[in-house]
Amino acid sequence: MKNDNLIQYIFSIADNALILGQRLSELCGHGPSLETDIAMTNMALDLLGQTRSYFQYAAKLTGEDKTEDDLAYLRTERQYRNVLLVEQPNVHFGYIITRQFLFDAFHLLLLQKLQNSTDETLSAIAKKSIKEVSYHFRFSSDWMKRLGDGTEESHAKVQEAVNNLWTYTDELFHNLDSDNEIITQGVGVDLSELKDSYYEKVKEVLTDATLVIPETKYFQKGGKKGIHTEHMGYLLADLQYMQRTYPNMKW
Amino acid sequence: MTIKLKQHIDPSLTPVLEEVYDPEIPVLSLMDMGVVRYAQIIGDKVHIKITPTYSGCPAMDVMAEDIVKAFAEKNMDAEVELVLSPAWTTDWITERGKKALEKYGIAAPLEEKLDKAALLGNEKIVRCTHCGSTNTKMISQFGSTACKALFQCDDCQEPFDYFKCLK
Ligand SMILES: [Zn+2]
Repeated sequence: MKNDNLIQYIFSIADNALILGQRLSELCGHGPSLETDIAMTNMALDLLGQTRSYFQYAAKLTGEDKTEDDLAYLRTERQYRNVLLVEQPNVHFGYIITRQFLFDAFHLLLLQKLQNSTDETLSAIAKKSIKEVSYHFRFSSDWMKRLGDGTEESHAKVQEAVNNLWTYTDELFHNLDSDNEIITQGVGVDLSELKDSYYEKVKEVLTDATLVIPETKYFQKGGKKGIHTEHMGYLLADLQYMQRTYPNMKW
Repeated sequence: MTIKLKQHIDPSLTPVLEEVYDPEIPVLSLMDMGVVRYAQIIGDKVHIKITPTYSGCPAMDVMAEDIVKAFAEKNMDAEVELVLSPAWTTDWITERGKKALEKYGIAAPLEEKLDKAALLGNEKIVRCTHCGSTNTKMISQFGSTACKALFQCDDCQEPFDYFKCLK
């Protein structure tokens, strides 16, 4: 039972990396320029690498001969604990960068706390990932500024993306009841504590980018409890296709 | 801070490990890259621990296989384990490794402060591997692999890779 909470907690972190990594890898060969294409696939690789570390640990805790692949490919939609933000589709480059930026700002804060986890493995993964995510954050912040403070069209597109995606930001800071014990033990991070620094940082970059902070007071949630947007089913169909069609296949 | 790892490496094993190269940068041995964290003979088995440069680095699996193969050629049975902590840093690349990188056409990582200044475009300090000029600029923070950024020389106009500082 104790393990069960920890495994669920690991999913809540790893699934964000997995699903965003999957979204970014859809762009392989489709980026607007060679450099951005390579950058986004590099970030996908980092995120999937981090996912593997988390899942290898979760698989070990699960026992029953489970592997990282079982956890990545063979769960049902309701069992994925990622936030709604990361499953949002690749509408256009400005949208992709905004999604990335809104997540990176959170991801960096989370890892800065998680590296102090009393769980040695989680702390080690966080210390490793933080170096990579610092680069992601730098990349997405730079692009927010280039697009926001760019042409009329890029400004309009990225402002619209911010307006659309803002509603998914609040969920990043929700703790689930099942995580309480993990948090009190010092294994997990109390997400509500990250909220103020997050919005402060995000607003700073958006202001620099000449973008307006939306006044939305209504926020979407549900991903963490396994209640996802319609996009998730399509994403999983793509992600799981090979393992569902050819169970236990290996490269 | 720099290489404390030597003490965990049985010197009799280094000659073999120095002959195993990064599959993506075939001039850099795993020893010079600083990814070998531990190498000891226990019983009749060689135990090796390596640490990844980047989490998703696809070269790690190949490195592990190459290590096992290299020892097999010496009729030794080796087992490779991947460890995450402490996390790899570009500080662990040896001087010999940095020279090998430069010769291969990849600018070696600068120290952290200078690296930031270079990546932010504040200072022109990354040396072109073709002509040696520092009149260079970053084209992309991410290059052909996770560990590199793409630069261009404003003198000879050639593009080149820069091995990003990782701390
Ligand atoms: Zn040059």
